Amino acid sequence: MRIAVCIKQVPDTEARLRLSGDGTWIDEEDLSFVINESDTYALEEALQIAERTDGEVVVFSLGPERVREALRKALALGAVRAVHLQDPAFLGGDGLTVGRALAGAIAAEGFDLVLTGSQSDDVGFGSIGSIIAGELGWPHAWLVMGVVLDEANHKVKVAREMEGGMNEISNLDLPAVLEVQAGLNKPRYASLKGIMQAKKKEISEPGPGDLGLAPEGLGESGAKIEVISVAFPETGKGAQMIEGDAETAAKTLVEKLQKEARIL
Amino acid sequence: MSKKIWIVLQQRDGKIHKMAWEAVRAGQILAAEVGGTAEAVLLGSGLEEAASEVGQCSLAAVHVADDANLAEYTPGRFVRTLEAAINAAQPAYVLFPHTYQTVDFLGRLAQSLDAALVPEVVAFETVDGSVEWQRPILGGKMFAKVRAKGSGPVLVSLQSGAYSADEVEKGSAPIESLNLDYADMAADREILGVEEAAGGEVDLSQAPVIVSVGRGLGDEEKMPIMQDLADALGAELGASRPVIDSGWLPRDRQIGSSGQTVTPKLYVAAGISGAIQHLVGMKGSQVIVAINKDASAPIFNVADYGIVGDLHEVVPAVTAALKEASGD
Ligand SMILES: Cc1cc2nc3c(=O)[nH]c(=O)nc-3n(C[C@H](O)[C@H](O)[C@H](O)COP(=O)(O)OP(=O)(O)OC[C@H]3O[C@@H](n4cnc5c(N)ncnc54)[C@H](O)[C@@H]3O)c2cc1C
Ligand SMILES: Nc1ncnc2c1ncn2[C@@H]1O[C@H](COP(=O)(O)O)[C@@H](O)[C@H]1O
Repeated sequence: MRIAVCIKQVPDTEARLRLSGDGTWIDEEDLSFVINESDTYALEEALQIAERTDGEVVVFSLGPERVREALRKALALGAVRAVHLQDPAFLGGDGLTVGRALAGAIAAEGFDLVLTGSQSDDVGFGSIGSIIAGELGWPHAWLVMGVVLDEANHKVKVAREMEGGMNEISNLDLPAVLEVQAGLNKPRYASLKGIMQAKKKEISEPGPGDLGLAPEGLGESGAKIEVISVAFPETGKGAQMIEGDAETAAKTLVEKLQKEARIL
Repeated sequence: MSKKIWIVLQQRDGKIHKMAWEAVRAGQILAAEVGGTAEAVLLGSGLEEAASEVGQCSLAAVHVADDANLAEYTPGRFVRTLEAAINAAQPAYVLFPHTYQTVDFLGRLAQSLDAALVPEVVAFETVDGSVEWQRPILGGKMFAKVRAKGSGPVLVSLQSGAYSADEVEKGSAPIESLNLDYADMAADREILGVEEAAGGEVDLSQAPVIVSVGRGLGDEEKMPIMQDLADALGAELGASRPVIDSGWLPRDRQIGSSGQTVTPKLYVAAGISGAIQHLVGMKGSQVIVAINKDASAPIFNVADYGIVGDLHEVVPAVTAALKEASGD
């Protein structure tokens, strides 16, 4: 099976966030970035399917220069090739333009399956996968927590997470787009050999013209929404903060739980 | 011409989802702000009673797509139905509850309509005639304000708890059938059934005290400090999703939108940032204590007591203080 995996590079959850100069995003300087959490599970699932079916995995990412590092990591984990959409025409858009660009790059090659994460940890639309599916005209499922391939019948059986600990089980016809939820498998670590091999693997950088995409429908010009501003939430309405070193704070807390909240 | 605001209500077996009522309230507010009319849309099969229940709200109409082909949710049929209905009626805004079902198809609907997509809205306001939508980003650590550009419908999903279901205005709305050809619409998915994900052995919903651990623990090997605190409090251990995903604790200890919903009298969250999907599972707890090294973590906005510090120091110190207080 030939499998495309979409990975996004996002700020590390531990990163200290500061506003950018124009107030519409965060300052990316000195920020550390990682592969989006659910995407690591999508990549692992794709690598396992490729191993079982004698197939291969190609990774796709849309974003600026820094994204190359995330693609290198995916190559070190076992993807055979990477496609980096970094032409300025692709950048600064919304969910629809990102999905359109990725779908264009995926359609330019033949795949049996597209795997994405379920939600990006920065903007979190939860939608790029189903937008790609719409562009390709393929079935899709969001929050995939189980994948069983039936290659002979060109089907895939998926468990889709529902609220409150239930899964919906369904069959999709292949080719399909699966938006993988975190926890589906156990992502592997890169081996030294993998890291060495990754250095020789190809990262192509097609522009809109190479993919037959009209620039008007991409990036900022194609976007249907724009960000006015970003901000930190108001603080102060929340908790009573307990000060002091660990020991003092712990004592105060226990006292308050006994005497003030009266729950101990 | 007055703007139409559509609210697409999720239902199961004729029972309207709680978050769908919240979306109705949001729609009523939006209609008042932009000088439009709020109208509900219901998709499913055997919807007579549900439609008449919705008809008792202050709405301009209840549009019903009632057909055996819509008996179970499938993205193909729901998208095709809504696409046809939206193209015919041209609502300016279409609101949805931000449920897992909505997110499953919303991107696809936006793609097929080429419509603006604004998921997970927690607030909105009208500024100079245009609506500014507020949504969490970066795990709830920040918020973004966005607005739609150009013409065409704007698809918006509303996060749980943003608007109050109890404040839905009553009234009376005519019920109208959408009359589409549902048989021709491909389901895109063959539903086989529903099963329990966790094999839930542990029921945390009855636990009076829960000690909950997040990714901030850093290392599975450190779990005993959490267990010690739980023992000192006579509590059950709970966890955020990444702890479960990493295999540090079994899935039936997960708390949040895809895990259990709990309302203990005391909930201690250590090393948990407070993403919305976690908060919906525990914000009903009577007293919430948060321990986090990041003073700006969103968990402190729902907590009653907060300690900023390294949980590896604070948690054992709390355990010790509890033991001392009980005279052990
Ligand atoms: C559809 C969907 C469903 C989901 N369902 C759930 C769900 O049911 N339950 C759930 O919990 N999540 C769920 N999530 C995931 C959710 O969005 C968050 O990613 C998750 O809750 C984050 O878990 P966390 O707070 O443990 O980790 P993080 O967000 O990584 O936070 C770790 C925290 O630990 C703190 N920390 C780090 N080191 C220390 C230290 N030494 N001492 C003290 N503090 C420290 C950090 O400051 C940080 O605040 C879901 C996501 C999606 C998309
Ligand atoms: N810029 C991007 N490049 C590659 N994949 C992306 C990008 N943005 C989103 N995705 C994929 O789409 C999924 C859902 O993202 P989102 O719709 O932004 O929540 C992610 O988990 C990724 O797999």
